[in-house]
Parts: sequence; C-alpha cells; structure tokens
Amino acid sequence: MVGASRVTRVRQLTMFDFSLVWTVLPTLGKGALLTLKLTALIVMLGTLLAFPVALCRNARSRTLRVAANAYVMFFRGTPSLVQVFLLYYGASQFQAIQHSVLWPVLRDPFWCVLIALGLNSASYTGKTLAAALAAVPRSLREAAFSLGLSRIQAFWTVDLPLAVRAALPAFGNEIILTCKATSLASTVTLLDLTGTARLLTSETYAPYEVFLSAGLVYLAINYSLMFATRRLEALLDHSR
Amino acid sequence: MDLLHGFGGQLLLGAVSTVELAAASLVVGTLFGALGCWMQLSGSRVMRGIGYLYAAVIRGVPDLLVVFAIYFGGSLTLASLTGRYVEINTFVAGVVALALSFGAYAAEIARGALLSVPQSQREAARSLGLNRAQALWTVVLPQAARIALAPFGNQSIVLLKQTSIVSIVGADELMRKAAEASGATREPFTMYLAAACIYLVLTGLATLCLEWSERRASRAFGS
Repeated sequence: MVGASRVTRVRQLTMFDFSLVWTVLPTLGKGALLTLKLTALIVMLGTLLAFPVALCRNARSRTLRVAANAYVMFFRGTPSLVQVFLLYYGASQFQAIQHSVLWPVLRDPFWCVLIALGLNSASYTGKTLAAALAAVPRSLREAAFSLGLSRIQAFWTVDLPLAVRAALPAFGNEIILTCKATSLASTVTLLDLTGTARLLTSETYAPYEVFLSAGLVYLAINYSLMFATRRLEALLDHSR
Repeated sequence: MDLLHGFGGQLLLGAVSTVELAAASLVVGTLFGALGCWMQLSGSRVMRGIGYLYAAVIRGVPDLLVVFAIYFGGSLTLASLTGRYVEINTFVAGVVALALSFGAYAAEIARGALLSVPQSQREAARSLGLNRAQALWTVVLPQAARIALAPFGNQSIVLLKQTSIVSIVGADELMRKAAEASGATREPFTMYLAAACIYLVLTGLATLCLEWSERRASRAFGS
C-alpha cells in the first residue's frame, strides 16, 4: 500500500535531519541562480519602464496622466499572481496571438514572468520616481535655467540626479520585494529557488529541511541585496 | 452573467472566501504582530532576540515559501502526531502562513509607532499617578495607534492581495475559482481579467476605508 509506506517514511523523518540540508543545498543553488537572474532582469526592465511612467504621471497632458495613473492603479491594485497568470495562461485564449510573432515569447513561462513582474515593478518604481521628481525644489530648476541650461539639460543634470538619490531607499526596498516576488515563477512551472524546493520536497518528503534551506538561501540573497543598496545610498549621499 | 459563461456567481463566492481569508489572517496576524512587538521591546535579551529574528526571517523570504512550509510542514507534523497521513485544511494553513507574514511587518510598524511617542508622555502619565498599564493604555497607545494607522492599513491591503497565493496549495478562494473557470471555459484571459477586476474593487474599497479612517484619526489633532 502506498499510504502505509508513506506513513513509515513520515515516522522515519520526524527528526530534523541536518545532513539533508547539505545534500539539497547544491540543487537549491541552481534554483537560486534562476531567482537571481529573474530578479536582475525584472529590476532592469522595471527601472527602464519607470522613467516613462514617472514622466507621464507628472506630464502636463491630461491624457498621459490618466493613462499612467490607470496603469499604476491596475498593477498596484491586483495581486502579482493574477498578472502572471493573465499573461501566461491568458495569452493562449487568442488565436491571433498564437499565430503571431509574439507567441514564442508568450508561450515561454520565463518571458511571461519577466514581463508581468517587470511591468508590476515599473508601476511601483514609477510612482516613487514621479513623487521624487515632483519634490525637487522649483528654485533649483530655475537656477539651472538662469545658468543657461536647456530644459533637457536641466532635467538630466539637476532634476534626475536629485530625484534618483531621494528615491534610492524605496528602490532598494523594491529590489528585495522583486526578489521575493520571483517565487511566483514556481507557479508557472519554472524551477527557481521556490520551485526547486517544492520539487525536492516531493522527492524527499522532508519539508522542514528543504524549506528551511531554501529560506536560508533567500535570506542570504536578500540581506546581501539590502547591504549593497545601503552602501550605494551612503556612496551617493554627499550631504554627509 | 452571460459574459462569464455562468461563472460570475462562482467568482463572487470566491471573492467572499478571499475576504474571509484576509479578515481571519488580519486578526491572527495582528495578534502575532502584537506578540512580536512585545518581544522586541522586552527587557529579556532572549525574548528580544526571538522577536527580531522572527521579523528578520519572515521579511527576508517570499510569502509563497512560507505558505509551502506551513502547508507541507504542517501536514507532516500532523501526520507524525496522529500516526497517519492527514491532509491539512488549506484555509487554516493559509491563515497561519499569511498571519505569520503580516505579523512580522505589523511588529515592526507597532514597535516604530510605540517608540515614536515621546518618553515624556509616559513620564507625565506616571507622575499623574497612573500605573504602567494605565499609562500605556490611555496615553501611549492612542498616540501610537494614530502613527501606525497608515502603514498598518497599507500592509493590510498587501495582505488582501497576498491571499491569492494560497490558491497554489488549493485554498478555495477567488484565484482558485478563476483557475477552475478558466479550465472549464477555455477562456483564461476573460476569467483572470474578471478576477483582477474583483481584486481591484476589493483593494479600492480597502483604500477608501483607510483614507476615511486616516481623516477621522487626524481630526482630533486639530482641535
């Protein structure tokens, strides 16, 4: 009987097995690589898209402002999981997409997670950046104009550096949230750190050891990220 | 609900479960948060250590991993306690996992709010003859609650959205209903979009409630 053998296994494994932690760590390491890769690419995509979002939110045109606000509201008001599923499972509903050049991308869970979470990250970073840009004192821009800088020059050399520095603490937080959000990749068949842990659990029937090990790897990644962003903040903070 | 092929009612039922899941997690999570905060501010080094470790660990790992750990770990624990294989209740596992996560953030929010009330307030209350519990309850807590309201509310909205991940271990809430409807109708985009709209309404209502209570809470300051 399957049930009976499972019970004996259960009984054998009630003790915490430290040697198992060492056995599963190399496999989890492979999963962690995918987690890191996704985090890096999502943060890059999110940051890149955050600029147009922020500019539209602060734009003079009403249409642009409404569009940017609707975008931010949708991505902040719905769970990331819905966004990933909407893209990964949702795209297959339309024949037109299945026959288009987009299909190789939208069929691939990696790209779907990257795009969905990238758009999600852009909404958060975009909102922060828009607020930071709006908080740059007017007098500084006027001073830049009076020194003969053009609008574009003033934006690049005065507004943006100040806004980026102000947005940095929130940005560091966003990186860690993104790293945690990549665990959703495991729900669309990807073997990231969480996905690998889940697979290892079904193979070993040792959830304590496996999930604890995976948790330790996440902690190592996230606290390194936190340390790195704090260093960057300190480096860019010239006021001290 | 012809648009959703008769699944509109199912999705609404799912939305009710989602709200129940969020409400239960909010209550239990607030208790965890209060406990965590009490430990973090405790005089004992061991208690402080545990309180901070709890917040640091939970905040550093994805909620989905916590859900898996509670669900699979909980099943194993129950199995070893009872001696036979038991399927753990997904709603209970979900509430515990979401509450653990919420509690870690709530503890930090509560600690920050309590510490931001000036020490002089406490001293003034004590000098008026209030005992420690009275000073905390009638002087410090009302002021701290006002400071904690906004971040606590925002974290509650995060919690509301995070209930969706409990569907991965099979809890019967909105996301699960949408997945079932997608399978039955072969229209995943329509169903997940409908679910997204329901989530949008729920988070929108929660945001309105939060703004209303923030306005109410700040009113007394002016007078």
